[in-house]
Amino acid sequence: MEAGTLVEWLKHPGDSVSHGDIIAVVETDKGAIEVEVFEDGQLDVLLVEEGCKVPVGTPLAEISADGEGMAETLPSASPSSIAPRHAPAPVASEVRHAAAPAVTGLWASPAARQLARQHGIDLAKIAGTGQDGAIVRDDVEAVARSSGASARPPKSAKAAPDLAPMRRAIAAAMAKSKREIPHYYLSHRFSVLPATEWLNAHNSQRPPPERLLFSVLLLKSVALALTEFPEFNGFYRSDAFEPVEEIHVGSAISIRGGGLAAPAIHNTGNLTLAKLMDELRDLVARTRRGEFRSSEISDPTVTVSSLGERGVDVLWPVIYPPQVAIFGFGTVRQQPWAKDGGLIVHPVMTASLAADHRANDGHRGALLLRRVADLLNKPEAL
Amino acid sequence: MTKDEIRTAIIQEIGEIAPEVDASGVDDGEDLRDALDLDSMDIFNLIAALHQRFDIDIPDRAATQFLTIGSATAWLADHVQES
Repeated sequence: MEAGTLVEWLKHPGDSVSHGDIIAVVETDKGAIEVEVFEDGQLDVLLVEEGCKVPVGTPLAEISADGEGMAETLPSASPSSIAPRHAPAPVASEVRHAAAPAVTGLWASPAARQLARQHGIDLAKIAGTGQDGAIVRDDVEAVARSSGASARPPKSAKAAPDLAPMRRAIAAAMAKSKREIPHYYLSHRFSVLPATEWLNAHNSQRPPPERLLFSVLLLKSVALALTEFPEFNGFYRSDAFEPVEEIHVGSAISIRGGGLAAPAIHNTGNLTLAKLMDELRDLVARTRRGEFRSSEISDPTVTVSSLGERGVDVLWPVIYPPQVAIFGFGTVRQQPWAKDGGLIVHPVMTASLAADHRANDGHRGALLLRRVADLLNKPEAL
Repeated sequence: MTKDEIRTAIIQEIGEIAPEVDASGVDDGEDLRDALDLDSMDIFNLIAALHQRFDIDIPDRAATQFLTIGSATAWLADHVQES
C-alpha cells in the first residue's frame, strides 16, 4: 500500500476524540480501512479533503491535546507498507481513478468500488442488494450493462496484466519477504484426537451460535505458546529484531474470488475461547466485506494460516514482513496412527512453521511447534 | 411450511452470509463448500442463522446435513414440522 483515498471524514473540526475512535474511512488497495486515533483530544484541522488520494504517511488531521498539536497520519499497513517506492506502471483502469467521483457515506465491497471506478459510475446512484444494503459487484455490473458500458475494461493488444490492487499488495509483500527474509521451515505431524474429542463434546452441549471452530483452538494455542518464545513474536526492522510484548495473532482470511488479508485479533492469548470465536467471526465477516480497522491490519505480531476442511496436508507459508514467523496448519484427516505398538485411525494434522533465521533458530522453532501441538491437545486449559 | 419455502429460506440465508455468491443456481446435491467456496465459518454462520430463523435446535451431529441445500432442506422439513 502506497496511497489511500480519503473516502469520508467521520469526525469534524471541533469534535472531541478519544483513543480508539474511528475518525475517517480511507480506501486503499486492501479495501476500505477505518482510521483510528490513538490520542484523546480535540480535532482541530482536517488536512486532507474527502476524495483526495494521498501517500502513506501523509498527516490527515491535527488533534490537540493539552494545548499541543498532533498530526494523525495515514497509517502504513503491514504487509503492504513495504510496497516498493516505484509504483508499478498504472494499468489502464487506474488512469480514470482520479476523475472518479468521490464517494461518501456508502458501503460497497472493494470489488464493487473498483468496478465502479473503472466505469466511472457513481456509487451513490446504485441501490445495494448486499448485506445491510451494501453495494456488491453484481449491482455495479448491472448498472454498467444497462448503461451500455462493457462489463470489463477494454484490453489493448499487449496490455499489462490487470492485477487487482490487493494482488499487487500481496505481490509486493511476498516478493520482499522472499527477497530479504532467510526463511527456515519446520513441520510436525501429530494426532489431534484429544482436541477434536473435546471440541465435539463442547459443541454438542451448546446451541449453534455458542459453538467453536477448530481454528479458534489453533489461534489460542499459538498465542499461549509464543509467551515462552519471545524471539518469534515481533518485527525485524532496520537490521534488528524488535520483540513485542503483546501477542496479536493475524489470521490469514481468504477473500472469495481471490486475494487474502491477515488482520490481527488483539491480545489473542488473553481472550477466552468463546470471546475469541466471537472476534474471529466478526473479523472474517468484516474482512470479506473489505472493512477492517487500520490497527487490525498493521498490528499482527505473528500470523496463522489455516487451510481448513478442504485443504491439503501441509503448507509452507511465507512470512509477512516485518513479522518473523508464520504458522501453517494443514487439513485434519483420519489417518493410520501408531499407538501402543498397534495401528489405529486418528484425526491427524501437520503443523508447519516458517521463521526468520535473522531473529531466531530452528532448535527453538522446533520446541515452539511442539509446544503449540501440546497446548492444542489440552484444550480444557486453553 | 413446504420444502420449497424452506429451500428459499436457506438460499436467502446463504446470500446474507456471503453476499458475493449466488446460491440460487446451485444443485441440491452439490457441496456448498465446492460450489460456492464456503468455508467452515460460513457453514457455522448458516447453521446459526437457520437455528434462529426457524427457532429450532440443530444438534452439532447434524451439522454435516447442512453442507448441501438438498440435505439441509430435508433435515429442516423433517424437524421443523415435528416441533
